[in-house]
Amino acid sequence: MSIEISDLHVSIGDQPIINGLNLTLPKGEVHAIMGPNGSGKSTLAKVLSGHEDYEVTGGKVSMDGVDLLEMEADERSREGLFMAFQYPHEIPGVTNANFIRAALQARLPKGEELDAVGYYKELYAEMDKLEMDRKFTGRAVNEGFSGGEKKRNEILQMAMLKPSYAVLDETDSGLDIDALKVVSEGVNRMRSPERGFLVITHYQRLLDYIVPDVVHVMKDGKIIRSGDKGLALELEERGYDWVLDETAA
Amino acid sequence: MSSAEATSAIDIDRSVGDFSYPESHEFDAGIGLTDKTIDYISDVKKEADWIREFRHRALKTFRDKPMPTHWASEDLHEIDFDKIRYYLAHGQRPTRSWDDVPDDMKETFERLGIPEQERKFLAGVEAQFDSEAAYSNVKESLEKEGVIFVNSTEGLREHPEIFKKWFGKVIPTSDNKFSALNSAVFSGGSFIYVPPGVKVSHPLQAYFRINAENFGQFERTLIICDEGSEVMYMEGCTAPKFETSTLHSAVVELVAMKDAKIQYITVQNWSANVFNLVTKRGLAHENAEIRWIDCNIGSRLTMKYPGVVMKGRKARGEVVSIALANDGQHQDTGAKMIHAADETTSNVISKSISVGQGRSTYRGQVHIPKHLKGCKNNTECDALLINTKSKTDTYPAITVRGNQHATQHEASVSQVSEDQIFYMKQRGLSEAEAMSLSVNGFVNDLVREFPMEYSVELKRLIDLEMEGSVG
Repeated sequence: MSIEISDLHVSIGDQPIINGLNLTLPKGEVHAIMGPNGSGKSTLAKVLSGHEDYEVTGGKVSMDGVDLLEMEADERSREGLFMAFQYPHEIPGVTNANFIRAALQARLPKGEELDAVGYYKELYAEMDKLEMDRKFTGRAVNEGFSGGEKKRNEILQMAMLKPSYAVLDETDSGLDIDALKVVSEGVNRMRSPERGFLVITHYQRLLDYIVPDVVHVMKDGKIIRSGDKGLALELEERGYDWVLDETAA
Repeated sequence: MSSAEATSAIDIDRSVGDFSYPESHEFDAGIGLTDKTIDYISDVKKEADWIREFRHRALKTFRDKPMPTHWASEDLHEIDFDKIRYYLAHGQRPTRSWDDVPDDMKETFERLGIPEQERKFLAGVEAQFDSEAAYSNVKESLEKEGVIFVNSTEGLREHPEIFKKWFGKVIPTSDNKFSALNSAVFSGGSFIYVPPGVKVSHPLQAYFRINAENFGQFERTLIICDEGSEVMYMEGCTAPKFETSTLHSAVVELVAMKDAKIQYITVQNWSANVFNLVTKRGLAHENAEIRWIDCNIGSRLTMKYPGVVMKGRKARGEVVSIALANDGQHQDTGAKMIHAADETTSNVISKSISVGQGRSTYRGQVHIPKHLKGCKNNTECDALLINTKSKTDTYPAITVRGNQHATQHEASVSQVSEDQIFYMKQRGLSEAEAMSLSVNGFVNDLVREFPMEYSVELKRLIDLEMEGSVG
């Protein structure tokens, strides 16, 4: 059981961004993708989640054997793929409680109604773990949220939707150290043999809290090097140029 | 599905209201509008001479007045007055029991859920089928308190001492071309009188159903709340999907005497070929309050600007409106607030949603003359566009003379962005569900103003509308 990406090519307009990327993310593992700005990390997250602005020009992506690229974004989500957005969007007038409830309702067979009592019980329990105020349920999704609140909200949604695979796109950006800890603990609580994580980050700092099984370095739309968590530390110490030079050599 | 396909609105599912039964009308004024049509209607209704004359004069006014296309949509020229049927009825007297309503009509209203709502939360119901009410009933306890809830024919015939005084006074025949048309051929609608001090705790409801093709429905409603009394009136409207256009042109007059309160709620869901041209106005005496809550979904063209004339000191007027214009539809709505006494207060909150190539227009008029003091107006209009082909425009006309007043006007236009939809899809919502939720979020604060049963209905209508719009 895994997400298999093979020889993936992606363009936006005429501009190729991902150029023959290969990656296997098995359930139960946390893989980190690091790389300099413009290496295609965020594009990979968007393509996996089905954003229509990106054109897949070659290659395959499957999730537990099912062709992911054939599915609409909402189908991918219901099949068990979650993305924590780098910049989560606002939905004016729609409360958090209603939004998450609608997302869970969308997973039920037609005609079946989500149990409201059970839902709120679980929602409050997850919010407590993320140190979120109860008032949060009545606020409109991401409207007027601080950077930290938005990221906590992403983790809360992930906890409620219980995906098989989660892609975290620069979840550490804009977080102070306390928020980073809360968010990381939220991710760590969800680590399980039944779930795979793809953690996209620019900085090694996040990986102190979410310790990856595998680290990939991405550059020019390809994975140029993979290793264990030591690779991230080495990158931190020696910079991206080191790995680029080594690869070139 | 590409995003281009996703945003082109097509075929709307109006499954709830879209059904009809074969016609078998006992009374039919035929096609077209002449003096004979008027006499036919007056004869059938056995009307007093003054009403017959009122109708004939109105027909002349209607003919003399030009179509208001110099400011309104050219689409009005698509109405062919010679091809419309002006009066269709099965009988002249509404029954007081659903058991006595003819089967096809009873079934129609049952499918629309009216008898069930009556049992659950209504104080009185009138159900109009084409030109006449098929059913009309008010709770006995209200009748004992002197509350009158009848149709216009019955009201004018049996209670002229109450209704004649105000009939056609809040909205004169010559107000506009369509108020003149209604005055000529009106039939049905509600006549309500609430005696001094009586507070009707449950809503009274009317349901207007068009069942016949090429038909014009012209109900006439007059509500009089005497001193210190209160009433909430709600109306619902539907029609099946016909190939040809249908006309709905109502006149609604409200009179709130000193300290009285009237709340008038409309949830209309016309099919996409109905021209809905309605004149609604209330007269608020001293310290009285009139609120219009108006939801316009469906129709081909709606022109409706509920108004309040604040005639007495400290009178209050409010219009809260929601309009949803889908592909091929134009919602031209707004409000008129006429301040005619000191310390009067008006509030207008309008939200419109344009989907696909739908168009919504806000027209507002606020008038505060120079000699008054201490008047206040607040106007807010917000428009939501679902895609780039949608259109919205705002024509606020605020005339405030003198410097002893406070007015405030805010307008905004926002758009449901593709990124917002993508975010919601990534959480598992379909495109239609995502749009529906966005639209419901946009109107959320206004929907709270509605009685619960109606806010549920409104949410359901929005869901249906958005489901159809993404094909």
